[in-house]
Amino acid sequence: MNPEGPDRLVRPYLITGGRTQPSDELPLETLIEATPHALDLVGTLRFEPRRVVELCRSPLSLAEVAARISVPLGVARVIVADLAAEDLLKIHRTVPAHGPDVPLLERLLDGLSSC
Amino acid sequence: MAGGFGVGKTTAVGSISEIDPLRTEAAMTSASVGVDDTSGVDAKTTTTVAMDFGRLTVADGLVLYLFGTPGQDRFWFMWDELTRGAVGALVLIDTRRLADGFPAVDYFEQRDLPFLVGVNVFDPNHTPPLEEVRTALALSDDVPLMLCDARNRESVRMLLIELTSHALKRAKAARPG
Repeated sequence: MNPEGPDRLVRPYLITGGRTQPSDELPLETLIEATPHALDLVGTLRFEPRRVVELCRSPLSLAEVAARISVPLGVARVIVADLAAEDLLKIHRTVPAHGPDVPLLERLLDGLSSC
Repeated sequence: MAGGFGVGKTTAVGSISEIDPLRTEAAMTSASVGVDDTSGVDAKTTTTVAMDFGRLTVADGLVLYLFGTPGQDRFWFMWDELTRGAVGALVLIDTRRLADGFPAVDYFEQRDLPFLVGVNVFDPNHTPPLEEVRTALALSDDVPLMLCDARNRESVRMLLIELTSHALKRAKAARPG
């Protein structure tokens, strides 16, 4: 069953303006960071968008954003994708779907060996 | 991080995570349509699936996320999402309930995702012989198999190092040239 399929039912529809499909596909571990523009505007934002921008002053994963604002992942995806489209959040590049490449695995192994 | 219920997945994530493990949820809708076309019955049910996760900053600008699979193995869609882009999988095993590990082992074998099996030792006086575990789980010789203690950060770190080495070896072998 595809969680993003047309039959997906997300009850907190008010948060997302009734939409259940994010405009962009975001993996769970995607790091999200507020843009300087968003930090200037944070006082004018309300509700979840404001909380997300405040949480993402330093980079935070999509999964953490969802957990910290207590919404299901699908809802967090919609909010984050919208804020990114308005240049309020920067989406950092993550590992491609087929998995990390050799240089990244080498960096990870180095890091794990000394942490 | 996969394995049966109560095998220590969340404990292991918590041992090495730099944050208290967080819980996130995804909603799943399943639709079932009646076989009698004239009735037009269309029943839908929504289930929420929860999973715990933690974070480990391994180097400047490099963050490793550890996700525990949902308790019920039937939420395969969530496993698909978790394995996309993953370094690999750790399958935790409790030798008293070995069969609980079968679905996870099957899943990662079928997806051809690098995985390691960690036998969580609950009683240090009764350490299971690893070769018997390998045979019982029908693991091929190239799948790393180790004893571990899910409560111990160092032990979980060793699992991660071993899994990453295994993934690296496979990635190098698959790389052309």
